[in-house]
Amino acid sequence: MGKVEYIIKRLLLALLVLVGVSIITFVIARLIPSDPAALYVGPRAKPETREAARIKLGLDRPLYQQYLRYVGEVLRGDFGISVRSRRPIVDDLKVFLPATLELVLLSMIFTLVIGIPLGVLSAAFKDTWVDHSSRIFAVINVSMPVFWLALLLQLLFVRQLGLLPVGGRVSKEIAILAPIERITGFYLVDTALRGNWSAFRDVLQHLILPSVALASYAIGLSIRMTRATMVEVLQQKYITAAWAAGLTRRTVYFKLALKNAIVPTLMVLSLSFVWQVSGAMLVEIVFLWPGLGTYLVNAILTIDFPIVVSVALIVTVFYVFSNLFVDVLQAMIDPRVSLE
Amino acid sequence: MTVKREKTPGQAQSAWSARFLEYGLMWRALRRDRLAVISLAIILIFVLGAVFAPWLAPYPDQALGKSNLAEKLDPPSAAHPLGTDDVGRDLLSRILYGSRPSLSIGIFVVGLAMLIGTPLGAIAGYSGGWIDQAIMRITDIFLSFPALLLAIAVSAALGASFFNAMLSITLTWWPWYTRLARAQAVSLKEQTFVEASRAIGVPGFTIIRRHIIPNVLTPALVQATMDIGSAILMGSALSFVGLGVQLPKADWGNMLNVARLYFNDGPWFAIFPGLAILLIAMCFNLLGDGVRDVLDPQSRRTG
Repeated sequence: MGKVEYIIKRLLLALLVLVGVSIITFVIARLIPSDPAALYVGPRAKPETREAARIKLGLDRPLYQQYLRYVGEVLRGDFGISVRSRRPIVDDLKVFLPATLELVLLSMIFTLVIGIPLGVLSAAFKDTWVDHSSRIFAVINVSMPVFWLALLLQLLFVRQLGLLPVGGRVSKEIAILAPIERITGFYLVDTALRGNWSAFRDVLQHLILPSVALASYAIGLSIRMTRATMVEVLQQKYITAAWAAGLTRRTVYFKLALKNAIVPTLMVLSLSFVWQVSGAMLVEIVFLWPGLGTYLVNAILTIDFPIVVSVALIVTVFYVFSNLFVDVLQAMIDPRVSLE
Repeated sequence: MTVKREKTPGQAQSAWSARFLEYGLMWRALRRDRLAVISLAIILIFVLGAVFAPWLAPYPDQALGKSNLAEKLDPPSAAHPLGTDDVGRDLLSRILYGSRPSLSIGIFVVGLAMLIGTPLGAIAGYSGGWIDQAIMRITDIFLSFPALLLAIAVSAALGASFFNAMLSITLTWWPWYTRLARAQAVSLKEQTFVEASRAIGVPGFTIIRRHIIPNVLTPALVQATMDIGSAILMGSALSFVGLGVQLPKADWGNMLNVARLYFNDGPWFAIFPGLAILLIAMCFNLLGDGVRDVLDPQSRRTG
């Protein structure tokens, strides 16, 4: 199967998946709750209001019409309104999504610079204390409830050592003295673009703990996966030849061997992206990070159901596209890739 | 016809009894893996603790919700070995009772996912064609949701309760077993003993039941051992965001959700429930690694 053919097939599959995802979120949003109109108007509404809402939401129409209408709305970027604040959900998403993505991207960088080198070292020093300790470190990381790790980091670095801020995205002082001008919504980028370095430092300090907490699971995962592939690669003949040719350890491990472990590494990154976006939901609450997670959890507590479904949908769409991106990239790099 | 009828039940029996023989051998090999044995022992201690919680807990009434405001946020002491929570309840008792929902989620979610996913995968892999396509595309769709988000959305839709949390996590879990079973079934289908059964006219459904499923069972069980820890983690995450066990009933996740607000005055309140989650998840992961190594010696060298 040719590359182009593969990529086209993969795109079609992604489209199919998106249709399926929209059906499932439609079912969750409209069919599972016994009365979506009651959810829409809130618990204290009068029966007349609820009846009006039922018609406004189109709940009196046949199911397939309701579904088509739902898809149309979502495609136009209309996610409905919050039951509590009556604000359009899409306006909130525009504010909270960049905050979460900034956190996730930084924690992916942590995953790359900690997880992959440790995995390589573990394979290079297989069955020595280096290997054992990095494997134990990996097991602890994949078994760690991420919200608890977030609490522990807070206890250590904030309460005990007083090194970093307890939570939020930016300090009050900075918000007043050197306010951040909103350009991309990514505060690190926005402050750098404006040369607002005091704010940049402040934003970075706020980012460190949550993104380290968020990275933990992915770090554990990438140590294990990198180690597994590296051990396999290191047994191959071209590596023996490289040793015989007298190449340095660094060249052999990080240049020759790691290059062939690149596909699994990409897998790790795509897996970790997904995991970190969902993990962010748990970490954000602990650090009072104003992102999708805090938004989602507050919506759960106030039973603001449309928000819950919208956040699930938007994160899933991100997930589908990141998987698509990785698969296509993989197909370009690795000639062996094909659909099953 | 008569020959066929006599033969297939006999074969089926041997396929299943071969499993038991295999598990006996596996256990012998597993016993040499020190980490796995220690993990299993700790898991058994947790299970015993969960089963006998009413007898072991020093203050069972507090574990069930009775508050004790005179002893709010007391540090660990002889009366309360792990300290007390925000309304003075004994933490040891609550952690003991909290192991019940956590372990049940781990076992029920994985068991149910296996029960749904494995037969579906066996059917898909053995039948091929449009049945295969339909089943596998549905699993693709479910797997394209980030599991935690799907579980959160579904349990929010069903209403916050322990039972609904369990159902919604299962909903995100079964497709993995379908994929696993399908891959096995596809290769089993080509093997001689299956081809032979087909040749003598055994119906497809019977082949799936007697030959495919028993042979898919072992990899599925290994996967299950490795998954229980993750299922417990997800269960505690759901209860941490307020969707699992509801207060005042004790659960490790909902304890942590309250504890984060009292971090200054009572760090032990946050430390012990989290430690319990970490320990149980880690033991299941290590046991899972051990079981996998025994079953697949190839992975011992690489993984």
